Amino acid sequence: MFLRRLAGPLLTGPLLTNRTRVVLSVLAIALGVALGYAIQLINRAAIDEFDHAVRVLSGESDLTVRGARRGFSESVYPLLASRPEVRSASPMLEISARLAGRGDDGDFRSLDVLGVDIFRAVRIQPQLMVESVRRLDVLRADAVFLSPSAMQWLGLRTGDPLVFQVGTGRVQLRVAGRLPGAGAKQRIAVMDIAAAQKHFDRIGLINRMELRLAPAADIAAVAQRLQLLLPAGIYVEPPQTVAQTAVAMTRAYRVNLNVLALVALFTGGLLVFSTQALSVVQRRSQLALLRVLGVTQSGLVKLLVAEAALLGAAGSLLGLLLGLAGARLVLGSFGPDLGAGMFSGMQAQLTFEPVAALLFMLLGILAAVCGSAAPALEAARAAPAAALKAGDETRLFQRLTPVFPALLLLAAGAGSAFLPPVAGLPLFGYVSIALLLLGTIALVPRAAVTVLSRLPSPRRIEFALGLAQLRAAPGQAMVSLASVVAAVSLAASVAIMVISFRTSLENWLEHILPGEMFVRTSGQGETAFLSPAMQMLVSSVAGVRRVEFLAGQRIQLEPGHPPVTLLAREVDPRDPGRVLSLVGDVAEPHRDTPAVWISETVADVYRYRVGDVVQLPIGGRDVAVAVAGVWRDYARMNGALMMTLETYRELTGNDQVADAQLWLEDGADSEAVRRALRAVLPEEEVEISLPNELRQESLRIFDRTFAVTYALEAVAIVIGLAGLSASFSWVMSVVLIDVVNRQSFHWSMDVYLPWSGLAAFAGAMLAAAVAAAVASARRAVAGEAVRAVREDW
Amino acid sequence: MTHRVRVTLPCLMLACCLVPALPAHGADREPAPVIYPVAQPGRALGFPRDHGAHPDYRTEWWYVTGWVEHEGIERGFQITFFRSRPGVQEDNESAFAPKQLLFAHAAIADPQRGRLLHDQRAAREGFGLAYARTATTDVAIDNWKLVRTGDGYHANIVSEDFILDLRLTPTQPLLLQGHDGFSRKGRLPHQASYYYSLPQLRVDGSVRTGDGTAAVKGTAWLDHEWSSEILPADAQGWDWVSVNLADGGALMAFRMRSVGGGTLWAGGSVRDRLGKLAVLGPEDVVFEPQRIWRSPRTGADYPVSMRLRAGRHDLVIEPLMDDQELDSSASTGIVYWEGAVRARSGGKTIGNGYLELTGYAGRPEM
Repeated sequence: MFLRRLAGPLLTGPLLTNRTRVVLSVLAIALGVALGYAIQLINRAAIDEFDHAVRVLSGESDLTVRGARRGFSESVYPLLASRPEVRSASPMLEISARLAGRGDDGDFRSLDVLGVDIFRAVRIQPQLMVESVRRLDVLRADAVFLSPSAMQWLGLRTGDPLVFQVGTGRVQLRVAGRLPGAGAKQRIAVMDIAAAQKHFDRIGLINRMELRLAPAADIAAVAQRLQLLLPAGIYVEPPQTVAQTAVAMTRAYRVNLNVLALVALFTGGLLVFSTQALSVVQRRSQLALLRVLGVTQSGLVKLLVAEAALLGAAGSLLGLLLGLAGARLVLGSFGPDLGAGMFSGMQAQLTFEPVAALLFMLLGILAAVCGSAAPALEAARAAPAAALKAGDETRLFQRLTPVFPALLLLAAGAGSAFLPPVAGLPLFGYVSIALLLLGTIALVPRAAVTVLSRLPSPRRIEFALGLAQLRAAPGQAMVSLASVVAAVSLAASVAIMVISFRTSLENWLEHILPGEMFVRTSGQGETAFLSPAMQMLVSSVAGVRRVEFLAGQRIQLEPGHPPVTLLAREVDPRDPGRVLSLVGDVAEPHRDTPAVWISETVADVYRYRVGDVVQLPIGGRDVAVAVAGVWRDYARMNGALMMTLETYRELTGNDQVADAQLWLEDGADSEAVRRALRAVLPEEEVEISLPNELRQESLRIFDRTFAVTYALEAVAIVIGLAGLSASFSWVMSVVLIDVVNRQSFHWSMDVYLPWSGLAAFAGAMLAAAVAAAVASARRAVAGEAVRAVREDW
Repeated sequence: MTHRVRVTLPCLMLACCLVPALPAHGADREPAPVIYPVAQPGRALGFPRDHGAHPDYRTEWWYVTGWVEHEGIERGFQITFFRSRPGVQEDNESAFAPKQLLFAHAAIADPQRGRLLHDQRAAREGFGLAYARTATTDVAIDNWKLVRTGDGYHANIVSEDFILDLRLTPTQPLLLQGHDGFSRKGRLPHQASYYYSLPQLRVDGSVRTGDGTAAVKGTAWLDHEWSSEILPADAQGWDWVSVNLADGGALMAFRMRSVGGGTLWAGGSVRDRLGKLAVLGPEDVVFEPQRIWRSPRTGADYPVSMRLRAGRHDLVIEPLMDDQELDSSASTGIVYWEGAVRARSGGKTIGNGYLELTGYAGRPEM
């Protein structure tokens, strides 16, 4: 009883005096837990919503047939539907249709429209049944049915008109009813497939088909047999594969954030270690007194660990609340893909997950307990008699870690950075960062001792005292330094990475879009384009010296992967680097085989090499093309292939283009040209922008994508505001840029150091540290010198 | 006959799913309203051309009902193919344009089972998967087919629960209903259709159900009818019956009921065993309910047994089994009774046929 009463103040006392440290520890753990839990919640919500979306689209389908996004010949439908293995077949035309007159807010510009044969769909996809108020509306050309979520989003009701942009023209349809079976947050529209073909200029084309097989059919075997019947570029896969592909797209992004969460937890553990280590030292005589009063060694350990667990629990609880709030905020403002723009037209529903909550709670407590274990054991092991005497406080820190293991960790860290990704994830990149972090932490005390011992003694008494203190107890000072290394380095390296990426993107934009004015229909949706007549009009506008067009469509290179974009523009095969941001070698152009330049993603995912001749499924047949180079593409994360416009037109027979970039005549007034273009091009359907507007737009999207990262960084910096490790950060950001990013997103980028930002950061850190040191030294020398001395007695 | 018009409607509503269609609101925004040809008296039917489809007309059906027997067990069957021209997207070049729709119903009435085994199909015409050819009877939706081959027909229906594979061989000449195939359906002259029948068809083939495959023989009745006529608004439903008489004769009778249960219009025909045809007018046909069966599923009351006076015939119609209700409310929202019946006179059976009772479980909406 007495012990308990005594233990209370003994335990809480130091916590109160070390308030800042305690708060930091709790915050670090809270951050880790919040981050991990929020990511888990968001991810779960995204997967649930995605699964539901897939179920709505695929229904009870056994196999999904997919191909070029623009469409493949509808003759594939009777070909497969008449097979004896196929019980039902539901042909579809899936189009992300551009909404006309919906302003410039990116999300507001396109709606996924499904053209279906309702008679076929009801047998496989019952969720696509529509609620019609007028007989036969389901078959009428002007009728479109909206999911409740799409109705709410667009603010439309049954009977309202809905206008789409097709080419540079408009098609007005009528909201004929609801699609009650759609997911609660799924924004889709359903209409008759014949009407969709007609309105969206896709007569003769479908781009998806769901198959239901005869009972007891061997799905894999049938898929293989059917695949043999299909033209190039059309694939038969189970619908789960399609869903997995889509979810996998966000996996790298998610894992990166999860690793950040673990780092935050690790930092929290370190801060707990630092707090406990110091408080153990401060309380050495009280703790020894407890021992003398009969508390056993293990009892003392338990007390101290319990104390840490308390911190951990507090941090975890706070973290769970923050995580829940954060997930809600993120889902509300960025959507389930965290603003990365991967799931369009989808909003997810948040559900509290008790199991995950418990798990992250335990992880948070575990981090705190682990952090406190070493100081607790140390304190318990101390002989009470010795501890009651003075001069024992540095024992814990005297055992400096040897240099060799630290160097080994750093070397291993450097080495892992060169290892290839595992299952598409930069696992070794994370290992590398972890090893570099541990190595540095292990090295910091030793390095500090070396540096401090060489410093000349300052003349002023405050500085001299401070330095002497550091020299005498290197560990005490260094461990707190080491504990913040993690937070600060990560914050700084993420900052360097993001800045590097942003600067690379800016440079890339300038390189790849050198034009002086841009005419674009490709902002969103798949239904807007410039027809040959429109192309002529654009070229003939007064003041325009030269026009380059960009065309593109999505094709499926291999089953199990999301479609890649086939792009075409004017590329000089002798000098592709003029318009493409080339990386690595280029190959000489072939005489008979058309050249393609592949994006880094295509090179990584499909393992195409420069000089290879590969088959591309274009227009329903395999076309041999030669890989002539690899270029950097930040715009299309599923990969892109570039070919010359001439080749593209020849192979696809399609003479529509999406965008144009213009060069103006000398002295031409860009505003006058823009007005002239506006006069010939329909308002709203076509974006006309100047280079800086386009760049701003791109960077705005970039910033939105990285908004979450920015937010995390800000928190990390606040938590880590106690130390500095800029040089180390630089190494880690190189790993982030070259390994983690490349392996996660297949983006390469140049390293740009935000010097001014880092310098300001470093300066602030230095100032804070100096101020703290000076303040404590002043206190030591001022006034009650005797007491200060006595305390050391 | 009106009975087929009514069945076509549920099929169309299958397309509209979930919600029963309501009367149209506002102006139809389709480019130009489709002008359907109207059935006119005096047009001579020509064969085999008129065995084929008449895609200009709004609706058309080929309707086979009959009795088959296997080892002394009698079962009824019904196979119906409907064609509909909904009048939408007629200017659309897309091969998917729903200019012609096809629907099919098939059912087996097995007294040992006690209720119907039935299934349905629906598709837009196109891609060689669903079609109604014009040269002669040749209609199909996937692996549901009815085709005229030589002088006979072949019906093949592959459903998940049963397979019907039947050959139908005519034993008598065509029976042109109404006035040489022009059959009136109401008081207004345009309420009419072209309509012929093939009674006393010999049936050979097989019926496969969960109980196994049975080789069957029997007698069937085929109707082929096409029209653009719209149902009178004051009709609640129809009663229709066809009987292959044991002596080789054939009897068909129908009446259109008003909301109050009265008769709005009636008609029919009797061809005796010697081939002498009597066309029946509204005053020659009287349906008189004898026994009511209440459906345990829908609560609808059906007069499954009727006294029928058709010309000189005075018959009692009795069902092969009471529960021959076709409840497709889950998909189409329409419920009706379509069943195998015996015709009795003077205490003995004088023929077998089919009875159709509609509008007893709510009025079928257009």
